[in-house]
Order: sequence, then C-alpha cells, then structure tokens
Amino acid sequence: MENYKTFNEQETIDKLIHFLPAQAPLKDFITQNRLVAFQSKTFHEAIKDASEIFGYKVYLSFKQYRELYKSKKINKDILESIVNSKKGNETTEYWINKLLFNKDLEEKNKRIGILRSKWKSEYKVDIDTLVHTNLFKIICSYLDQGISIWNFPTADTGLLGSIKELEKNSYSSFFKSKRVKQLLLDDKCEIEYLLNILVGNEKYYEQYLFDQQFAHPGWSGLAAVIQNRPGTLLDTKKITLKDFIILELLLEIDVLDNHFGKIWSPLSQKIENIEFNLFENVETTENDLLLSIWQDAYEFSFYDQVLGAVKLEDKTEKNDPASFQAFFCIDDRECSIRRHIEKIDPQCSTYGTPGHFNVELFFKPENGKFHTKVCPAPVTPKFLIKEIENSTKRKKEIHFKKQTNSLLLGWLFTHTLGFWSGFKLMLNIFSPRNSSLMVSSFQHMDKNSKLSIENTDPNDKEGDLQIGFSIDEMTDRVEGLLKSTGLVENFAPIVYAVGHGSSSINNTHYAVYDCGACSGRPGSVNARAISYMANHKVVREKLSERGIIIPNETQFIGALHDTSRDEILFYDTELLSDQNKKDHCKNEINFNLALDNNAKERARRFLLIDTHDTAKKIHEKVRKRSVTWYEPRPELTHCGNALCIVGSRILSRGLFLDRRSFLNSYNYKIDPEGNYLLNILNAVAPVCGGINLEYYFSRVDNHMLGAGTKLPHNVMGLFGVANGIEGDLRTGLPNQMVEIHEPLRLMAIVEHYPEVILQTIKKNPSTYEWFVNEWVRLAAIHPETGEFYIMKNGEFEYYKPITNSVKTIENIMKLVESSHDPLSVQLIKNN
Amino acid sequence: METYVMETFIKAFILTSFVGFILSLLIPKKNETIVSMVSYCTIGLQLIGTIFFVGYWIYQGHPEINVKEFSIFKADDYDFYIDLFFDEITATYLIIGVLLTFLITVYSRYYLHREPGYKRFFSILLFFYLGYNIIIFSGNLETLFIGWEILGISSFLLIAFYRDRYLPVKNAVKVFSIYRIGDVGLILAMWLSHHLWHENISFHQLETVAFVNEHLANHSLMGILISLLIYMSAAAKSAQLPFSSWLPRAMEGPTPSSAIFYGSLSIHIGAFIMLRTFHFWENQTSFRIFIIIVGLATSIMATLTARVQSSVKSQVAYSSIAQIGLIFIEISLGFESLALVHIAGNAFLRMYQLLVSPSVVSYKIREQFYNFTPRIKTIEDSFPKKIEYTLYILSLKEWNLDSFMYRILWNPLKKIGSKLNFLSFKNVYFFFILIFAIGIVFIYFRESIPIEILQYLPTSFALIGLLAIIKGFTERNSVRLSWSLILINHFSTVLAISFNEHFDSTHIWWYISGVVIAGLIGFACIQRLRYLESWISLDKFYGHSYEHPKIAFLFLLACLGMSGFPITPTFIGEDLIFSHIHEDQFFLAFFIALSFVLNGLTVIRIYARIFLGPNLKKFQGKTQRTS
Repeated sequence: MENYKTFNEQETIDKLIHFLPAQAPLKDFITQNRLVAFQSKTFHEAIKDASEIFGYKVYLSFKQYRELYKSKKINKDILESIVNSKKGNETTEYWINKLLFNKDLEEKNKRIGILRSKWKSEYKVDIDTLVHTNLFKIICSYLDQGISIWNFPTADTGLLGSIKELEKNSYSSFFKSKRVKQLLLDDKCEIEYLLNILVGNEKYYEQYLFDQQFAHPGWSGLAAVIQNRPGTLLDTKKITLKDFIILELLLEIDVLDNHFGKIWSPLSQKIENIEFNLFENVETTENDLLLSIWQDAYEFSFYDQVLGAVKLEDKTEKNDPASFQAFFCIDDRECSIRRHIEKIDPQCSTYGTPGHFNVELFFKPENGKFHTKVCPAPVTPKFLIKEIENSTKRKKEIHFKKQTNSLLLGWLFTHTLGFWSGFKLMLNIFSPRNSSLMVSSFQHMDKNSKLSIENTDPNDKEGDLQIGFSIDEMTDRVEGLLKSTGLVENFAPIVYAVGHGSSSINNTHYAVYDCGACSGRPGSVNARAISYMANHKVVREKLSERGIIIPNETQFIGALHDTSRDEILFYDTELLSDQNKKDHCKNEINFNLALDNNAKERARRFLLIDTHDTAKKIHEKVRKRSVTWYEPRPELTHCGNALCIVGSRILSRGLFLDRRSFLNSYNYKIDPEGNYLLNILNAVAPVCGGINLEYYFSRVDNHMLGAGTKLPHNVMGLFGVANGIEGDLRTGLPNQMVEIHEPLRLMAIVEHYPEVILQTIKKNPSTYEWFVNEWVRLAAIHPETGEFYIMKNGEFEYYKPITNSVKTIENIMKLVESSHDPLSVQLIKNN
Repeated sequence: METYVMETFIKAFILTSFVGFILSLLIPKKNETIVSMVSYCTIGLQLIGTIFFVGYWIYQGHPEINVKEFSIFKADDYDFYIDLFFDEITATYLIIGVLLTFLITVYSRYYLHREPGYKRFFSILLFFYLGYNIIIFSGNLETLFIGWEILGISSFLLIAFYRDRYLPVKNAVKVFSIYRIGDVGLILAMWLSHHLWHENISFHQLETVAFVNEHLANHSLMGILISLLIYMSAAAKSAQLPFSSWLPRAMEGPTPSSAIFYGSLSIHIGAFIMLRTFHFWENQTSFRIFIIIVGLATSIMATLTARVQSSVKSQVAYSSIAQIGLIFIEISLGFESLALVHIAGNAFLRMYQLLVSPSVVSYKIREQFYNFTPRIKTIEDSFPKKIEYTLYILSLKEWNLDSFMYRILWNPLKKIGSKLNFLSFKNVYFFFILIFAIGIVFIYFRESIPIEILQYLPTSFALIGLLAIIKGFTERNSVRLSWSLILINHFSTVLAISFNEHFDSTHIWWYISGVVIAGLIGFACIQRLRYLESWISLDKFYGHSYEHPKIAFLFLLACLGMSGFPITPTFIGEDLIFSHIHEDQFFLAFFIALSFVLNGLTVIRIYARIFLGPNLKKFQGKTQRTS
C-alpha cells in the first residue's frame, strides 16, 4: 500500500496551528475548549481520537469512576439505562460486569512522537535535550515583554531576520556547525530544504513536524497565537510559526552536525517501510466504549437530579412589585450570591445575562497607553470608552526595579533595600495586606472617574474606534439587554447592573479569574455604561417607541462584585433621587449581608477555614486570602460548573445548585422566533462551554492539558509560565484551580418549544456544532407542559427524569457548615 | 558558668533540629496540620532560642566559644572529633537562617496545602535546616563536612521534589554532580591540612596567627593548594565561576523552597567557608588576589547574564550570583563585617524577590500599560555593534557554562567508560576476583616484593578502582553491574591503601562495614524490584517511586551508605583512608578523590533512573518531557 504523500508546507503549518493550543499570553488568557480542533466530531468520538493521536488522558480513570459509583455519585439505574440504550437490553448484565470489574486497561501508545523518537533509538542522540534549551531561551528572549533588562538587540525584523542580523555581526554564535550558520546567512533555509537534510523523504515531513512541534506545544502554540493576533503583546513582536519551525530545524541540524561531523544520513534511511498516519483510522476499543459509558452515566446522574428537581419545585410566580431588580453576570459564581440576596430580600428579583451587559467596547483608562477589550472574545467592538479624572495613584514596587539586578547599584540595594525586604517579608507573612503587587478588580476603573460613554459627534474617533455610543446605538444596547432577559415591564425603582471581577496576589493566571464575557477583565465599565445608557432621557424616549416603557423614577446603577473578596462597589450613586438613595442604602446593607453569607458558602470548599464561625468572621478570612502571598486559591472560580439554565428565574429560584450553574434569564414569550435566544446561545456555547471544557480537560489530564501544580511555576517573559527555567510553556489551568472540579460536560437547559430551539441553533452552524456533537448537552423544557427533551443526534428526544424525590432544605447556612464536598441538588423551602 | 550555659545552648540548637527532623519522618503523612506543626514548633523553638541566646551572648561581650564535643574515632595522631564554634559569623548566619526558615515554614504550611508530598517537603526542609545548623556551628572541617553532605542530599531531594517530571530529576542530578565536586575539594583540603598540621585542626586554632604562619612557612605551596581546594568547594556551593550555571537550574521545586535554598541560605554557604577559613589564607597574598579576580569575573559574567534573562527566577539567580561575587571580594579584602551585612541583605532581598515572583506579571503588565516606551536604550547599545552582539549571544548562552562540565569532565569519562564494554554483570566478578586474588597474594608476600614495584601498587589499584567506577558511572544498561562496580571501587580503594602503609586493620573495617551493608541492602532492593517489575535498566527513567515508595526509600538509604554519607561508619572511614595517603602521593589522592566523586554520582544516578522521573508504566496522565 504505497500512499505517497506530497508535502505541502502551508497546509501542514495551517494544520499545526489548528491543533496547537491557542492560548493567549497570560494577561489575555481566557478559557476555551482545548480540543477545539476536534470539534467537528462528536464528543466521545473526538476525544478518543485526541487521546490516541496525542496521548491525552480524556476521561477519569476506571478506578475513579468506580469510586464515584460506590459513593452513589453515579446512579445505578442511570448506568443501566445508558448501557441499555447503547448495547440493548439483553447484554446489560454482561456490560455492567465489565464496567465494574474489568481489569485495568491495556494501554495504547500515542502516535505523536514516534518518528522523532528514532533519533534516540537509531542514532543514540538525545536531540530534544540539546535543542530545546537553546530554542526556548532564544524565543523567550525574543518575545520577552519586560523581564530582561537588556532586550534582544534586533527584535524588529522577525525572528529569523533578527537572528541572522545577530549572527552576521558577532564573534559568537548560537550554532556550533559552520554549515548551519551559513545556511542561515545564505537564506537557504526553506522548511523543505532543511527537512530534506534531516528527514530525506517527503512522505515523513508532516509527521516529523507534528512530532517536533508537539514536543513543546506551549511555545509553538504561543508563536501561532502571536502570529494571528500580534496585538496581544503590548510590546509587539513579529513572529510566525514558520520562522519558529525553521529555527528549530536549524538547531537540530546543528546538533547532528556537531555530534556526527558533516556526514550523517537522513532519518528516512533508517526507517524505510514504516508508515505513519497520524490522523487516520483511530479504532474504538472496548475500553473507550466503557469509559464513555461511565462518563455519560456520571453526567446523567447529575443532570437527572437537576431535571427531577426542576419538575418538583414550586414554580408559582409572584406578582408583587419588586423592591429592586439586579442584573448579574451569567457566571456560575454569581449563582449563589443571587440566591443569598433573594433570601435576605425576598421582594427583589435578579436576572442573569453575560457580564458585558450587551455593551461591547474597548476601554482606555486615563494615562493608559493602550486600550483593552471588554466583551466576549470573538466580538471585535467598534467603540472606545475613555476614562477621565482618575484620582487613584498607582503604587510602585521597588523590588521589581531593574536596578536591584545590576552589579553596583545592586550592591547598594542589597545593603539597604535588603533589610527593608526582610522587614516587609515578615509583615506580609504574618499579617497579609494590600500592596501594589495585588491585582484589584476595583482598580480596573476608578470609582470617581468619568467615562466617555455618549458620542455626540460621529467624527470623534481614535484610530478606527468611535469614542462612545450614539443615541441609537445606546438604545439598541439597552433594548437588547432588556428583551433578551425578559425585563420589559414592572420596573422597580432601582435596577442594578452588577458586573464582576476578582482580586488576587501572586497569581499569574489572574485573567482567568475575571469575567469571561469581558475577555478576562472586570465588568465595571460595562455595568456603568449600560446604566448610563438606560438612564439617558432620550434613550428612554426611543425605547418607549420600541415598546419598553421605563418609569421616570426608575434608575439604573452600575456595580462591581469582587468574587474573591466578596465585596461590592456601586458606581454613580450620587445621581440617585432622594427616595432611591434611601432605598439604596437599605439595599446596600442587604447586599453586604448577602456577601457575608456568600463568603461563608464559598469557604466551605476551602478546607482551611472553620465554617462554623459566623459569616462575618469567615468573610474576613476570605478577604484575607486575596491578599495573602501564599494562598494559591484566592477563590475556586468555576469549580463544579456543569449547568446552564436559559429561562425564567422561576426555574432556578427554588433550587440549591451549589454554585454549579450558569444562569441566563430569558423569557420565551417575548421571543417567539428565538432571535434573542440565538444571541444567548451564541454566547453560551463558546463562553460557558469553553469554560466548562477547559475545566474538564485540565481536570482529567492536568499534566498535558492543564498547567500542572502552580507552585513551581516560573514566569517567562510576562506572557507565560513554565516549570523551572528550561521547560515548555504550560497551557491550560493549574491544578489548584481544578483539583476539586467534577468533570461533567455542560448541560444547557432552555425554556422554549423544542422545535423553536432546534430551528434557532441551526441558524448558526458553529453554535449548532457545539450542541449537535454534544460538546455541550442541550435540553429543552417545554414551556407549557413542563416536560423535558434532550438533544440526541440532532433531534430532541423526550426525557423522563428517574429522580422523583429531592431533599428539601430549610436553612442553607446550616447545610453549608455540614460538608466540604460537593452537595446534591436540593429544593429550598419557603422561597 | 556563663560558658557552660552558652555551650549547652549551642548543643541544643543542633540537637533540637535533629529531633525535629527525626520526628517529621515518623508522623503519618495524611495529616497536614501535624506535619506542618512539627516544623513550625521545631523552627519556632529555634527562633526563640536564638533571640535569647544571641541576646545573652552579646550581653556577655560576644566571646568566641569553642566546644570540643567528643571524638568519634581516635588513633595515633588521628582524631576525628566533633567540634562546635560560635562567633559573630555564626551569629549572623544563625539569625538569617532561623528567621528565613521560620518564615518559609509559615509560608509553606498554606502554600503547599493539598500538594502530594506535603510531608516530604517539610521533612526535607528540616533535614536541610539540620545540615545548615551543623555547618554554621561547626568548629572544624570534619564537623562541617557532615553538614555539607546533608545539605547536598537535601538539595538533591528538593530539586527533584516533583519527581514524576523529567526536568527536575535531570537538574537535580546535575546540581548534585556540581556539589559532589565541592565535596571532593573539601575532602582533599582535609587530607592536605591533616598533613600540614599533623592533626585534625579546629577553626579556633586557625585564629592564632603565629601558629598558622609557623606551619605555612615551609609549606607555602601546600598552603596555596589547600586554599584553592577550599575555594573550589566554596565556588561550587555558592555558584561562582566556573560552576555558576547550576543555580538557575535548581529552581525546580515549589517557589518557597527555591527561595530559601537557592535564593538565600544554601547559596551563601560558600561565603561562609571563605569567612571561616579567612585566617588560614589571609597571608597568602597571591590567593587573595586570585579571589578578587575570580570574584570580579563572576560578578561581571553573572550581571551580564542576569540582564538578558527573560524568566524571573533565572534573573534573580544570576543577580544573586553577581552579589556573591562581590561578597567574595569583600571577604578577600578582609571586610568581614561588610560581607556579613551584604550576605544578610542579599538573602532577604532575593528571598523577597522570589516569593513575589508570580506577581511580576500583573505588576509589570500594568506598568507597561501606563508607561510603555518602545525599546529602552541600555548601556550596551553604546558598545560597538559587534561587541554588543557577541556579548549578548554569550550571555544568552550563559557563557557556555552549562556544557562546560560536560565537555571537560563527563564526556571524557564517557569515552573511557565505553572502552570497558566487555564488562557485564556475569563476568565482572570473575575479573575482579582475579585482581583481588593477585592483590591479596601481593599483600601476603609484601616483604619480598621489590620496593620499585611496591611503590606503584597503591596507585595501580586505585586506578583499577577508578576504571571500575567510571564504567559503573557510564553503564547504560545493567543496574546490578553498575551497583557491583561501586562496591568493587570501594574494595579497590581499600586494597590500594593497604599497600601504602602498615596500619591498624580496624581502619579498614570502619570503611568497609558501611559499604558492605549498604551494598547488600541495595542488592536486595534491586532484586525485589526485578522480581516485581521484571525489567529495569539504566537507559531511561522508570519512576518506580510512584508504585514502590517503600523500596525507593530503603534504596535511598542504601545509596547514602554506599556514597559515604554520615549515616554509616564509612563516612569516617573515608576520612581515615585519606589520612593514610602521603602528602606527596598526588596521583593516588587524585584517583581516590575522583573515585569518590564518581561513586556518589553513580549511586545517585542509579537511584534517579530507577525511582524518579515519569512513571514508565503509565501511558496516560503522564508528564510531558519538556514540562
């Protein structure tokens, strides 16, 4: 079977970029599906392929599933029904037996890396050890954003150009072999030419490059990301994956030249007759099947509980006027704070929506040299909001001054600053406190500053960006927000728009802690902006033309919830009317009580805090965590996320979901054709689904798909972390963020007619792909019958939950004290 | 009375840290609170003790205190005794050490929460602290050497803390090999000074100028040699030229451990030895000039390297090396107090910088966001282009220091080793039994061997031992062969020395007893593992500590015994053996010393290959090689 493959350089590079981790530099790191390249296949099929090709672990282990089964986390009936549906009734027992008692798996070998391993087995050269150190050092210094004091001297002509320039004008060289240096200087370094020297046979080229780049997916992925989005580095650098590959090929030839002299035969001569088909014919083994059954059973054991509980809960609507209304982010971390505030003030109503509040913009703080995007990552805004009259002063941190690392000034510094360091060290270890080292969500935008939200002159531009929004543009944003969430009448006197952000210290992954719908930034600017827009007189007039009448006394107020410290900051409260001011004072007290309770609920998962203390005391400890140098878990972010409910709050208000659900308010009645639903699901799939799958994969394979433990991480060039000084960049989430996560796929539960939902998602192929291939599960609640339908192979199938009784709790705070572990879904009494 | 109180205190410092360490080994590892409490209490107690003791000591007029503790081994003019010493150098190191260790303990109690290896971390931390204490309180080279060995092993274990990954293990072995060179410097220095003074001398005695000068007067060359050997050890420990490149590579453990070991305490131990031995070399002007020159060279090299580093930890590491270069110069110029202040300042500063290193991302990105200026000119831009670029490339390549040791030492050894491929586990005993038989016959007929031949025999047997260990070190396949060759090396050393002098055979027993027991335990472990796992070799990392932690621990103890670590009599035996090498037998000393370096390395290499690294049997959930 001679299938002769010709090598197409561009195709191979595109393919590489497709499969490499597309993770942005730390400051822009937001979660996404790490196996997005496989998304065109169904979930189980795809991850099985990924596992065999790249050697990823994609499920929990048999042992872990069996433990879950023993602890009843995996329901016996559900396991059986899943086996039934996959294998038919007759053989159920046979398969259950296998699931429970099969010996540990015969492990497969991964396909990646086999070809290049021949250097070691056939040539006895450990090529990676010799190449990687130099390669990583060069690329890290080239891309460096500000750690080195003496920068790469020629870093403006592209990676190869810069190295060539260096090599031309130096007595020293990165290469030992004269031939390699000459290749570079003579520009004889096309990929194909170099591969011919190294490999020699065209049919192996693609596999070779995959092997090579996937030996360090972190660095290669970064090169590809920067190639596509140069603006993600503030200090922009030109780089392409192609240049990076060429550099590596040159270094490889250099190592071999140095080892063997000039004469050595290319790799293909030692491996004649071996075929490599990296991506072809991945077979499904019995183990793959068993694992997928376990995973489905694990997931449905949870989904079924939720659906059963939804069915059982009291869904009567209240008709009293609301004391206040509040928009929160869809984020699963806001799930509990909403519950607490509703508990304290049962008259209020809360709404969930993506935390950019339908305002997509770039934000430029005062004196900022750049602007930063605050809206979902796939969106490219046309608007800029600038901050003026910022009154905060940024504190300096003398220990990061580069002089501390110079020779003579360093001498002076060690004699003086050194002792100051010792003192500060003790201070911060024994009594953690705020400092300039901290990332503070409230400092994203100054509370007292002014924002240029309104645009009066369309020519008022900065670059391509219009400064502020025109009346019509503002009206669109407000209308979109209100209609998509279903808040179009019965406005309360005060409507809060609560964005969220997170504060932490000594945390390289701070961007992942912030709002995912704001590209990893706090949502304060958006909250203020939407409030300004909704309070605008002319906007309200226009809105009433479109059928939304906001009473005059109703005022919108922006706010920011800090999810790690559980604090809230309200903006522009001085604009409130006297009556509203009074009400707001009352509300603020309630918010703070709710935050105390929320902190206590969160603390139950932090093992080191005694949860029997009062909420206030616990809150104090929780706050301290965010400024403690030695606290790698200032908060547990999205741990546990597994659900997204798109529908009325009535569906979730009576449920205790243990902070596991994204919540998006939606009223099917005002959106019969599903236009707003499409927008919502367009965001739910990549944002919530992305978070969910990043957590899933980082959890099941923390070594290869996650970043490993963060304790030894070393910051590289300000854009990434590696272990030690010679390692590959670590992508994915560190273990401390995901260790207690339960890896379940997200189930989106939508309240609408199944046929409308199906039509809606088909309008956007990329959203449809998420659901039809089951990377995110989709369930429908029929608005009239209340029955459930679950999407399977592109069709909705009727689903009857097995769960028919759910515990009812009276006091959540007591429940919180009872356990450190994830809790089952429960009904809340008296609500 | 006062002296008695202070002496008791000094002993108590070492004793409590020892008890703390042992205790930490015994407690169950499940309970984080108890594990960390043991460290917390041990170090906390030390901290309180230090405050009182140093206060009292200053109140007493800060006298120098010398405690001659007890003799471990005594014969003729040989006396291996434990000696403790306290003066302002010890005081400074004690305060820095106990304070920073305490801070790190508090820090790590939370930082390492839920980390697998929580207990291991604290045990190693206490072990390290014990070694540090022994060093700073030591009153003679022999005592210091005990602490020195502990420091080396605890460093190895801590760098390889994440033992399921490839790079930490590789770097741990690398750092250990540099430390081993430092060890040998110290052993040879001990050997020569034994011949110089004709006794085992204490640091306290060195302070008598007349005493030192009298001995050095006729042996100036030997004096220089001893000084150079001391520098070699100090340079290895403090990452001075030509050993600098190990320091950044040691930053593989959790950040607080890197901060305390390589940021602040361990790294200043080289400077400590220089301070301690200052009176020995203060009149050797040429040596002092040498220190100034290498100190300056280190500083300049390290500063340039630090300036081009694009990762936080390596930048701090090289900056620290540069400052220690200056500290060496200060010591050499006789500015002891200045050097001590400098050491304290450097320790605090680097510790701080490393602990907050993750914050550098958000802080510097924020700074850049507000104050960005594209490409800041630096001083180097004013150099001629060709010089600038050359320096840049050299600095980025860390002046080739990392490959330096490979080129000058390991690669030649590998070549020699590959010439000895005819040896296998099956035939090795045959060869060596033959050689030993000849050796024993020679000993028996010693009187009738002509002196011309006899004088070459020690060196010849030492060379055979050396070749054996070179083969053991470079063996890629059989674990048992490699392990056997270590044993054979030890026996050859004994044989070589037996020809050298008539001496009490108990000396040999001291030496051999530990090795034999450790060797047998090691064999048992290997056999057990072969039985359980069917195949182990030295060509890759197997990571068996994942499944067989108990065998791993036992084998580690055997390894320590085999390499003359101070848990068996071999440790003293080693020093004893050296005392029987004459001062003019340079080759013999060199061969045996090199053997000593290599057998330590071979042992650690075997341990690392079998028990550390990514577990070979795991297919999924395995670490990437580059991670």
